[in-house]
Amino acid sequence: MRVVIAEDLALLRDGLTRLLTAFDHEVVAAVDNGPALLPALLEHKPDIAIVDVRLPPTFTDEGLRAAVAARARIPGLPVLVLSQYVEQLYARELLSDRAGGVGYLLKDRVAHVEQFLDAVQRVADGGSVMDPDVVAQLLARRASDQPLKGLTPREHEVLGLMAEGRSNAAIAARIFITEKAVSKHINSILAKLGLPPSEDDNRRVMAVLAYLRI
Amino acid sequence: MSGVDRDISQVLKDRAVTAVRGLLIAVLSLSANITLFALMVTATALIPVLGIGIVALPLVVVAVRWRAELERRLAGWSGVHIATPYHPIPQNAPLGSWRRFRAVVSDPATWRDFAWLLPGAIISGVLGILAFALPVYGLEGALFVPVLLYGVLDWYGYGATWPLDDLPTALSTVPQGLFLLLVGLVAGPFLLRAGFHFGRLLLAPTAASALRQRVATLTTSRADTVDAQAAELRRIERDLHDGAQARLVSLGMNIGLAEALLHRNPDAAEKLLAEAREASGQALGELRQVVRGILPPVLAERGLGGAVSALALTVAVPVEVDVDIPGRLPAPVESAAYFCVAEMLANIVKHSGARQARVGIRHHDGLLSIRVTDDGAGGADPEGGSGLRGVQRRLAAFDGTMTVTSPRGGPTVVTMELPCALSSPKISPSSATD
Repeated sequence: MRVVIAEDLALLRDGLTRLLTAFDHEVVAAVDNGPALLPALLEHKPDIAIVDVRLPPTFTDEGLRAAVAARARIPGLPVLVLSQYVEQLYARELLSDRAGGVGYLLKDRVAHVEQFLDAVQRVADGGSVMDPDVVAQLLARRASDQPLKGLTPREHEVLGLMAEGRSNAAIAARIFITEKAVSKHINSILAKLGLPPSEDDNRRVMAVLAYLRI
Repeated sequence: MSGVDRDISQVLKDRAVTAVRGLLIAVLSLSANITLFALMVTATALIPVLGIGIVALPLVVVAVRWRAELERRLAGWSGVHIATPYHPIPQNAPLGSWRRFRAVVSDPATWRDFAWLLPGAIISGVLGILAFALPVYGLEGALFVPVLLYGVLDWYGYGATWPLDDLPTALSTVPQGLFLLLVGLVAGPFLLRAGFHFGRLLLAPTAASALRQRVATLTTSRADTVDAQAAELRRIERDLHDGAQARLVSLGMNIGLAEALLHRNPDAAEKLLAEAREASGQALGELRQVVRGILPPVLAERGLGGAVSALALTVAVPVEVDVDIPGRLPAPVESAAYFCVAEMLANIVKHSGARQARVGIRHHDGLLSIRVTDDGAGGADPEGGSGLRGVQRRLAAFDGTMTVTSPRGGPTVVTMELPCALSSPKISPSSATD
């Protein structure tokens, strides 16, 4: 996969580059500020952009805004946004075009190399990846809502993993049950929440996130 | 049409109240002020007589101050603001003590109150009586009372006509009465206000004492700010020491051990490394909490409006946010305001049982006003909760104020105001994707 990285801290930029290269991805460009990102993306047309939220020159949400702007210029460009902390507000803004190919993760998640590479792959394939912290916040806020209270603890767990954008297989592996059991749980959850069943993973994630009013 | 009628009857009612108020103020000023004046003179005269005045004077001053405070409050109702000028009375200076006597005598406001008593009584008395008598006397004329009395009494006069000689002159009292009634009704509020304006000359703080009070307020708020800051630093130090730092130590130990075991026992080393990764995640999580407590990153990135919107998304109660700030606030104000709103929302979630909350933030004429409303149970007491007092302290550092209205049964409205300037208008398209 061809990757463009935008990260201002040299240590992290090199770490990411090393990690991706070690797993046979090609880092075609690594920029260290917001304004340089768009030209790099236009020039290299990568399979995915991995962008830090906070970048020079403003050290505010430069990276996030550059990512949103880049997706406006290059529709469907997969973008994985990394940050030291997660905000629901930013997740909502990233997902607002409902096009998929978007990820939003804490930087800590990079340490779990396999899961991180899996997230990169899913975003590049047009899926959506949400950080477990964002999902946990969403679920906590809606904990007292009627339909959600009707879910069993296991279904609750599966709903959280669905909202993070995981596939059936990944959910099955995560909570040690068969894929068939997972899809049974999912059908039951969708029925209880009144959501239409869908084979399309991304559409399913969007429906769940919309239900949780991200 | 009926609206106009209602307006007119409202105005008439107000003016009638003004006239009655004038009478009451006149009675009060003439009776209370003159009595208090006499008491002050007596108490002062008794100072050399066995020191009786040393006990008596502070007692009388309590009454005088009560009267003066009443005058200030009455003036406030008429739209004349008079601030309270007294120096704070030192602690452990009970009535009758030498200390109390010294504090009272050395406060210039005591003598300014004293100086006001007599002239205040005369001026408020005369103006108050005028405010009452003019409309009443005018009403008498307008209601044909002099005409009737002319028929009954031998000798009666009214207005400019003394005595009433014949019926035409008697009838001329009606327009006179109408004129006086009109003048009385129009002039009433001005007469009362004139009395209060005179009172203000002596009852308001002098420039020096206003300055002194300001210094006292600033000293208190500065001490509070310094204390709060020190407590904040201690909290941060403890959080870092017990949290992230401790985790990093154990992380280092795990990695060191894994290194040692790498060749002898690869399985155990792998387990230790996994644990180390876990610990690094937890350390980061704790650091994030600490950073959020110091300055939420979203506040630095999006300013007050964006940060409050982001906060609203994470609160268990639905919160409607309405922000109108045409620029960026100074960073210290921004963070104080943010933490105040956060405290309010936390209170709403914890105590109010509200189903809906609203945060309105606007900046207008150098004043940032924040209004937090909820439809909960009400009964919030700004003196009761440490949270609200903390908010008050935070605001005081910026000369800000907070008012709480929270009747039992709700709704609760908290208004916070902070004077501050705006920096350049914002150009970031931060809300473009909202």
